[in-house]
Amino acid sequence: MGDFEPRIVGIFCHYCALAAQDVAGKARVNFPPHIREVRVLCTGKVDVLHILKALEEGADGVLIMGCKIGECYFKEGNIKAFKRVDYARKLLEEVGLEGERVQMYEVPGPMGSRFADIITEMTEKIKSLGPSPLGR
Amino acid sequence: MIVGERKPLNQIRAMLEPYRKILILGCGECVSVCMAGGEKEVGVLASQLRMLYKKEKREIEIEEATLIRQCDREYIEPYLDKIYQADVILSMACGVGVQYVGEVAGERVIVLPAVDTKFYGANLDAGIWAERCAGCGNCILDKTAGICPIARCAKRLLNGPCGGSQGGKCEIDPEVECAWQLIYDRLKERGQLELLEDIVPTKNWKPSLSGGPRKVIREDVRP
Repeated sequence: MGDFEPRIVGIFCHYCALAAQDVAGKARVNFPPHIREVRVLCTGKVDVLHILKALEEGADGVLIMGCKIGECYFKEGNIKAFKRVDYARKLLEEVGLEGERVQMYEVPGPMGSRFADIITEMTEKIKSLGPSPLGR
Repeated sequence: MIVGERKPLNQIRAMLEPYRKILILGCGECVSVCMAGGEKEVGVLASQLRMLYKKEKREIEIEEATLIRQCDREYIEPYLDKIYQADVILSMACGVGVQYVGEVAGERVIVLPAVDTKFYGANLDAGIWAERCAGCGNCILDKTAGICPIARCAKRLLNGPCGGSQGGKCEIDPEVECAWQLIYDRLKERGQLELLEDIVPTKNWKPSLSGGPRKVIREDVRP
């Protein structure tokens, strides 16, 4: 398990996570390189099917990053995304997969260090769960 | 609309056990609106089943299709080729669609239900559907201020309320409104309380399911 390099699909909000990623990059903050990134204008765009498809195609985890509650550029897209994440987890558990493979975090604006911490935390979580049983 | 709810995955999986080529068939009408068996739900179920079989290293072929209405022959027929290529059809329509796809496709086609058909209901708010009609075949809404005691009173009382009506709620569940309280309140608001003085005689249940399977025929539109 030590050499397991997880493959994580990151679905990132343009207004917070990507701004935070830029800040992290400019500040040369290190974070693990396991994320395949998809930009969305708002996490409210994230659908249960996007999450399921990512895992079905062999991702080990899905990480969604949206604005803090109350700070969504589209008012409540992030609240909707949290609910969809909960639903997606239930669907995965029905299949016998760990719901924890899907995580959603709030990123408070352009905070590069928080962005890096989240990526590290998610990578560690997926490493502890091990590779997806669906293989690649 | 007809309101349904998708069956749990383990129940669906058990039904599908003997088959290797599955066509998941959604319906674009009521079950799409109540988010139980439309195109999106077909996608979700297909994805879940693919993951399940992949995990178990079983090679099962899953096809997806959603037609406009499973309760109309003209919409089923264009899908017959697809239907005949599958070992089994997993219909996400209401019970009508499940049966009618089988009827149109012929005796050898196995159609299984992926949805539990619940009731005729209204969409109260995003994600909430509630029963409003029982399809009893003899509408009495003119006598009950437009609130149906057949669908909404647990005892189907025609001369309610009963003693179980407490504070406007039904004794079966404190969340359930007493239909007869609603009827009383609305008639009072309209100044029509005298309507309650008429005793409604025993209901004839023959136009309902008790009279056997029902059929409506309109000769003027027959070919």
